[in-house]
Amino acid sequence: MLSLITFFPAVAAIILAVVPKGRPGRFFLRAWVAVAAIEMALVVALWVAYDPRAGYQLTESLPWIPSAGVGYHVGVDGISLPLLAMTAALFLACAVYSLRETRRPRAYVCLFLGLQTVCTGVFVALDLIVFFVFFDLSIVAMYFLIAGWGHGEAAKDAALKFFLYTFVGSVVLLLGFIGLFLASSPHTFDIVALTKADPLAGRGLYAGVVLLALGIGFAIKTPTVPFHTWLPPAHTEAPAAGSAILAGVLLKLGTYGFVRIAMPLLPGAWRRFALVFIILGALSAVYGALVALAQRDFKRMIAYTSVNHMGFVVLGIGAAGVLAGTDAQARTLAVTGAVTQMVSHGLITGALFLLSGVLWDRTGSYDIEAHSGLAGPAPAFAGLTAVAAFASIGIPGFSGFVAEFQIFAGSLGSQVAATAVAVSSIVITAALFLRALQRMLAGPLRLPKTPSGVGRFADLTPREAAAVVPLLVASAAIGVAPRWLLDVIEPAARNLVHLVGG
Amino acid sequence: MRENPAALAPELALVVAAVVGAVASGWLPRRRQWAVRLLAAGACLGGLVATALAMLGPPERVFDGSYAIDPATNAARVVVLGAALVVIGLSAEPLRAHPRESEFYVLLLLACAGTIALVGADDLLTVFAAYLLASVPSYGLVGLLRDRTGSEASLKYYLLGALFGIVMLAGTTVLVGLGATSSYPGLQAALDSAPRAAVAFGAVCVTAGLLFKIGGVPAQFWVPDAVDGASVPAAAFVTTIPKIGGLGAAFRFFTEALPPDRVDWALLVAVTAACTMTLGNFAAFTQTRVKRLLAYSTISQAGYLLMAVAVAGRNGLAQRALWYYLAAYAATNLAAFAVVAELPAARTLGDYCGLARHRPLLAGSLAVSLLGLVGTPPTVVFVGKLEIFTAVIHGGYTWLAVLAIVNTVASLYYYLRWLVPAFRQAPSPNPAVLSSGGWWSAATAYAAATATVILGVGATAVLPLGAGHLLP
Repeated sequence: MLSLITFFPAVAAIILAVVPKGRPGRFFLRAWVAVAAIEMALVVALWVAYDPRAGYQLTESLPWIPSAGVGYHVGVDGISLPLLAMTAALFLACAVYSLRETRRPRAYVCLFLGLQTVCTGVFVALDLIVFFVFFDLSIVAMYFLIAGWGHGEAAKDAALKFFLYTFVGSVVLLLGFIGLFLASSPHTFDIVALTKADPLAGRGLYAGVVLLALGIGFAIKTPTVPFHTWLPPAHTEAPAAGSAILAGVLLKLGTYGFVRIAMPLLPGAWRRFALVFIILGALSAVYGALVALAQRDFKRMIAYTSVNHMGFVVLGIGAAGVLAGTDAQARTLAVTGAVTQMVSHGLITGALFLLSGVLWDRTGSYDIEAHSGLAGPAPAFAGLTAVAAFASIGIPGFSGFVAEFQIFAGSLGSQVAATAVAVSSIVITAALFLRALQRMLAGPLRLPKTPSGVGRFADLTPREAAAVVPLLVASAAIGVAPRWLLDVIEPAARNLVHLVGG
Repeated sequence: MRENPAALAPELALVVAAVVGAVASGWLPRRRQWAVRLLAAGACLGGLVATALAMLGPPERVFDGSYAIDPATNAARVVVLGAALVVIGLSAEPLRAHPRESEFYVLLLLACAGTIALVGADDLLTVFAAYLLASVPSYGLVGLLRDRTGSEASLKYYLLGALFGIVMLAGTTVLVGLGATSSYPGLQAALDSAPRAAVAFGAVCVTAGLLFKIGGVPAQFWVPDAVDGASVPAAAFVTTIPKIGGLGAAFRFFTEALPPDRVDWALLVAVTAACTMTLGNFAAFTQTRVKRLLAYSTISQAGYLLMAVAVAGRNGLAQRALWYYLAAYAATNLAAFAVVAELPAARTLGDYCGLARHRPLLAGSLAVSLLGLVGTPPTVVFVGKLEIFTAVIHGGYTWLAVLAIVNTVASLYYYLRWLVPAFRQAPSPNPAVLSSGGWWSAATAYAAATATVILGVGATAVLPLGAGHLLP
C-alpha cells in the first residue's frame, strides 16, 4: 500500500514520458490531475485504515543491500500520516492550478510527479538510506523545476544557489547517518532498530558531532537562521506551483527529519543541546518576521514568513527536549503543535503562493507598492488572499492558531523567555500582512505598468479558485474541529516525548 | 604450487585475441576491420565467462606464488573486461574504417591484459612487468590517430610514464634488495626488520609509479593533455581502465607487501588522496572544453578512490568499497564519454546548448552520468561513496571524509556548468554541432547510463563481488 502510494506518481511519470509525440499539452496536465486525485484518494483510504493507537503501521520491509545494512523499510505513524495527507492535498491543488501551463507541459508534469514520489518517500521511509535517497532527489527535481520554469535569467542563479546550498546540507546529513551506522551494532541504517538500540547513549562527544551533522543538514532544509539565505531567491524565482511545493512540502522534509531521526535516534544529545534549537527557533521566528516586514515583494514576503513559521516548529521540538520545569504532557503538547504547524503551514503557505502566482499571471509583478485597489475588480481574489493572510497570522478558527497555541502552551513552562520572544513575532507578522492587504486590496485601483499593458485585473477563474479554496477549507476544518487530526498526532507525539525523555 | 595456464584464462584470452587481431589486420581490407572489433568483444566476453568460472573455485596462488587468483583479481577482471566492452561499444563509429582501427583494438586488449595482471601480481617484479604491459599500449592508443594534438599528448604521456616507471623500478630494486625476495609474503616478513628509512623510500617510489597509472597527485599532469589530445575512445580508455590496475595494485602492495606499522603509508595515501581530489576539482572549475572537464573530474574521482586505499587493511569494508566504487566509476565515467562520443562535433560546454530539446534521451543520459559522478542517489556512485565514506570514517580518517564531502559539493558546480546549457532552451539550436555520431555510441550511452541506475538500485547483487579476503 505505501509502496503503491509512493511509486504510483513516478510510474505515471515514466508512462507519460514515453507517450508518443503529438498529444496536446492539456492531455498531460489532465493526466496529472487524475494521478494526483487518485493519490489523494489512496491517502484518504490509508487514513481510514490507520489505527491511532498502534505504532508504525502498514510497514513493508525488504532487504535491499543487506551487506551494507540498508533495507527498504517503510511505514507510517501519527507524525508521518498527516504530512503524507498534506502532501497529497497540496500536489492535487498544484495540479489543478497548473492546468493552463503552456511551457513544455510534458516535462513539467513528469517533474512534478517525480517530486511527489520523492516527497512521499521521505515521509514513509524508515531506513536512513531510503530517507536520504528521497531527500537528495527532491533537490534535483526542484532544481530542474526552478531552472526550467522560473521567471527568467535570475531563476538560473537562484536554482544553482538552491541546489548547491541544500546539497551541502544533504551530504553533511549523510555523514551523520554514517556516524549512526558505525555506532550501531550490528551495523544498520534501520530507523526502528536504531531507535530501539539507541547506540549513542552515553557517548557525549560522538553523539554531539553526529547531532551537529544532522542538525546542519536539517536546519539548511528547514531552513532556520543562519542557514536560510537560499530560500528567498529560490521561492521568488520558482513558478507558483513550484513555490507552493517548495514551501509547503520541501521545507517540512527538514523539520520532519528532526522529529523522525534526530530526536528519537539521539535522545541524550537532543536533551543536552535542546537549548540550541530553542534559541535558533525563537531567533528564526523573529528574524523571519522582521525581514518579511521589510520586503516590498509580495512573494518574497511570504517566503520570509516561512522562516518565521518554521522557527515556531523548531522552538516546539526544542522545548520537547528540556525536562526541567515541564511534564510529559506539556512536552507532548509542544510536539503535537509542531507537527500540526507543519501541516498547517503547508496548507496556508501553499494557498498564499498560488495566489501570488495569480498576481504574477495578471500583472507580471509581485511589487506590493505597485498594486492597489484589487478588491474592486477582483473580490474573490481579494477575499481569499485576506483569508489566507489571516490564517497565516494565526487567528482562531484556522489551523495556524491550533498549532501555534499548542507550541506556545507546551514551551512556556520551561522556556518563558524564548516563548515570549517568539510570540512577539506574531505581532510583526500580523502587521506585515495587514499592511500588504491594505496597500494591495484597498484604495483606488492601480496596476503596475507592464509591457503587455492589459490595464485590468481579472478575478479568479474557477480553476484557480478550485486550487486555492480546498486548501483554506482544510485549514479552517483543522482550526474549527481539530480533534480528527490531533487524535492521530497525539499518540505518536507522546511516544516520541517518551523516547526523548529517556 | 599450480602452474596451470588455465588459471590465467581471462588474461590469456585477451593476449591471444590481440595477437590474432594484429596478424589478421595485415590482411583485412580497411572496410572489414570490424572483424577485429568483433574478435576483441568476443575475447572480453570469453574472459568474463572464464572469470565467472574462476569465481566458483577457491582462491589460490599460481606460478610459484607470483600471481594471486583471489576476489580482488576476479573483481578486476570483471570491471576491466566490462569497461573494455563499453569502450569497444563507444568506439565503433569514431574508428569505423579508420586506417588504424584494428591496431586500436589490439592495443586495447593488451593494455587490459596488463591492467588485470597489475592487480593479480603478488610479486614486485611481476608488478613492474605488468606496469609496462599496461602502459606501453596506452601510449600508442593516445597517439594512434597521428594528428598533431594526439602526438603531443602521447609524447607527454610517454615521457611521464617513463619517468615514473624508472622511479618505480628504483623503489622495486631497493625493496627487493632489502628483502632478498620479490614475492609479497616474503617481503612482508623480511622488511619488518629492515631499516625504516630505506623501506619508506622504496615504498614511496613504488607508490609513485602506481600513482601514474591512477592519475593521482603528483603524477596527474598527463591526464588533461592526454584526454584532450586523444580520440574520444582512447580518452575514455585512459581515464578508466589504467586507474583500476593502479588502485588494485596499490591496495595489494600496501596490505600484503609492507609490514603493518613499519611505515605510516596510510597517512601518505590519505594526504595524496586529499590533494588529488582537491586539485582535480578546483582545476575543473574553469574548464570550458568537455574533454578537459571530464579529465579533471577523473582526477578528483581518483582522489575519492585513493581514500579506500588509505584505509586498506584496517577493516573489511575498504576492499569491498574500493571495488564497488571502481565498478561504479567505470560505468558512470564511460557513460559520460559515450555521450561525448555520440556528439563528435560538440567540443565546448556551450555547444551542448539545447541538447534536451534536440535529443531528450541523450540529455537524460548525460544528466544521469554527471549527477551520478557527484553521487546522487539512486545511481551506483552514491552507494560507492556511501561505502567509501563508511570505510574511511570507520578507519579513523573522519577529516578525509569531511574533505571529500566538501569536494563533492564543489564538484557539483562544474558538472552543473555542463548540464545547465544542455537543458536550456537554445535560441537557435545548431543541428550541425549536435549531429549524431552514430547508432552504436548512442546505444552505449543509454546502456551505460541505465546500468548506473540498475547497479545502484540492485547494489546487493554486485556489492559482495569485491569482498572476501585477499590471500594471506
